[in-house]
Amino acid sequence: MKIVVCIKQVPDTKGGVKFNPDGTLDRAAMLTIMNPDDKAGLEAALRLKEQHGAEVTVITMGLPKADEVLREAMAMGADKGILVTDRVLGGADTWATSTTLAGAIRNLEYDLIITGRQAIDGDTAQVGPQIAEHLGLPVISYAQDIKVDGDSVIVQRQYEDRYHELKAKMPCLITALSELNEPRYMTPGGIFDAYDKEVTVWGRADLKDVDDSDLGLKGSPTKIAKASDKVRKGAGEKVVLDTDEAVAYLMGKFKEKHVI
Amino acid sequence: MDFTLDKKHEMARSLFREFAENEVKPLAQEVDETEAFPVETVKKMQKLGFMGIPVPKEYGGQGCDPLTYVMCVEELSKVCGTTGVIVSAHTSLCIDPIMTYGTEEQKQKYVKPLATGEKLGAFALTEPGAGTDAQGAQTKAVLDGDEWVLNGSKCFITNGKVADVYIVIAITSVTEDKRGRKKKNFSAFIVDKGAPGFSFGTKEKKMGIRGSSTYELIFEDCRIPKENLLGPEGKGFPIAMHTLDGGRIGIAAQALGIAEGALERAIAYTKERKQFGRSIAAQQNTQFKLADMATRVEAAQMLVYKAAMAKATQRVYSVEAAKAKLFAAETAMAVTTEVVQLFGGYGYIREYDVERMMRDAKITEIYEGTSEVQRMVISGALLK
Repeated sequence: MKIVVCIKQVPDTKGGVKFNPDGTLDRAAMLTIMNPDDKAGLEAALRLKEQHGAEVTVITMGLPKADEVLREAMAMGADKGILVTDRVLGGADTWATSTTLAGAIRNLEYDLIITGRQAIDGDTAQVGPQIAEHLGLPVISYAQDIKVDGDSVIVQRQYEDRYHELKAKMPCLITALSELNEPRYMTPGGIFDAYDKEVTVWGRADLKDVDDSDLGLKGSPTKIAKASDKVRKGAGEKVVLDTDEAVAYLMGKFKEKHVI
Repeated sequence: MDFTLDKKHEMARSLFREFAENEVKPLAQEVDETEAFPVETVKKMQKLGFMGIPVPKEYGGQGCDPLTYVMCVEELSKVCGTTGVIVSAHTSLCIDPIMTYGTEEQKQKYVKPLATGEKLGAFALTEPGAGTDAQGAQTKAVLDGDEWVLNGSKCFITNGKVADVYIVIAITSVTEDKRGRKKKNFSAFIVDKGAPGFSFGTKEKKMGIRGSSTYELIFEDCRIPKENLLGPEGKGFPIAMHTLDGGRIGIAAQALGIAEGALERAIAYTKERKQFGRSIAAQQNTQFKLADMATRVEAAQMLVYKAAMAKATQRVYSVEAAKAKLFAAETAMAVTTEVVQLFGGYGYIREYDVERMMRDAKITEIYEGTSEVQRMVISGALLK
C-alpha cells in the first residue's frame, strides 16, 4: 500500500502570534510545529504501515524552511519527504494550495491520501476535500478512526453528537482529526537518519496538469482584508447564589444590558 | 568556529524537551517524595531509544553522537535530576566501557540489550574505605578454574538493584615496586544480576536524586564466568578512570540541566511575584542575579558541549571532562541556591521544584569524582 500524507508547518500559537506590518503572518518570527491534525494523520498512516505494510510519503508546500517539518515526519517513521516550493506559489489560499498539492500528487502512486482536517493558522478545513475534488477521489472528512479492509477503508466520521461509519474503496482521501490518536515521539536515531536522507524538492515545473492562473497569490480568489490575533475573552464574572437570587440577579443583568 | 547547533541536534533537543515536559516533569515531585525508581519512565525511554543514544546501530543503539546523548541528560535533568542520572550511569558507566574494552562476544551479549534498554546497567568502583582514593579498595577477584570468584562489597552504586548488568572493579593481584611498596592491581568484570553469591545490601536514603536507586553491592564467593573479565587483566584501574572521564561528561550535563531548570523557574517566578507593588523581576537586584546566572549557565553549557565533542573526536578527554564537570556542578549548586533565595519562603517549601533542585544539585559536586578530584585532574595536566 502507498500512503501520501499532506502536512503543514504552522506557527506554534502557544508562543503568541506575530504579524507583519501589512497584516500577514510573520512566519519567520514565530516558532513552528507540525500542524496537530496533520500529525494525527501521519500517525494514522504510520500505524497502517505497521499493521499492513505501506510506504508513507509526506508532502508539504511551503518555504524552503518547511524542509524541517518533513524531516520531523521522517524521524517519526515516514519513508520519503517531498517539499513543493517555488516563489510563484507564494501567497496561496486554499484553492491555489490544493491545486498545487494535487499537481504534485499526480506524479505519485497512491492508494490513500491523508490530510489533517484543518491547519491551526487558517482553520478553513478546505484543502483536504479540494485535493480530493481535483484528483476525482472520494473523500471522508473528520476521521476519528481509520481501518483498512482489503481494498477499502472503513472510517468513523465524527459529528458533534455521533459518528458515521463509512466504507470507501481506495484510492480515496481522508481528513484526520487530532483526536484520532496520540502521535508518537521521534527517536534520536530517527532524527539522524532523517537528516541523512534526501528530501525531494519540486517547483512549479514539476506540477502536473495545473494552470498558472490557479497558482500562488494570483491564483487565489480569497483576499484577506484584515488578520488579527484571537481576542482573548475576559475571565468573566462568577457569582454563587441560590436559585431565586440567581434568577433575580440574571434578570437584573439582562435588563441592564437591554437584552430584555 | 561555529557555536550554533546544527538542525539535527536542534531537533533532537526539541524531542528531549518535549518528552521531559510531558512524561518526566509531572512525576518529578512524586519520585522525589516517595524515593521510588521511575520504572514507567525508563520503559518509555527504552521505547524511544534514549537508553542507547551514542551506541552504533549494529549494537542496538541509536547511532547518534555523545553531544546528542549529553543533550538528552541535560533536558531530562532540567525537570528531574533522578531521571538524568539513571540514563547517565547506564550509558556512560556501563555501556561505554563494554563498547570501548569489550570483546565482540561481550558487545553482542551485553551492549545490545543494554543499548535497546531491555537491560539496565550500573558501575561499581566505590567502596566504604575507597572513595577518591581507589587504592583503598578491598574487593578481590581470584581465578578458580573457568570462573572468577569475587569477594567484597561496593557502596553508593547508582542503579543498584534495578540494574541487570554491573561493571565491577576488583583487585586481581598485589605487586611490590622497587622500594617495596605494595600496589594493588585491579581488573574490570561484567557481573550479571543473579550471579551466585551476588546480593544487595542497604538502600541509601539520600538528600537529593531520591528516586535514583542507590545500593550497596555484596559479593560473597560470587562466581562469574572467566570470559566476563573486561579488558586485559590488571588494567582495571585505567579502564575505570577512562570510564569516569566519560561519566563526568554525563554528570556535567546533569548539573547543567539542573542549573538551567532552576534558572527557567526563576525567570517565570520573578516576573509573577509582586512585592512593594511591582514584580521582583522589575528590581535591579533580581535582574543582576538573573544576568549573572544566565552567563554562568551558558559558560557551563559551552564546557559541557566542548567535552562531548572532545569525546567524539579525541582518544583522551580527561581534562575537558574534568573542567566541564567542575564548572557545571559548581554552577548547579550556586544557581539553585540563588534561585531558592529569589523564591524566598516559597523556595524552601517542597511544593516548589527549586527546593528539590537545590538538593539534587549537591551530589553533582561529589559523585563520579568530587570537585576536588576534578581540580587534581586539571592541575595535574597543567603541571605535567
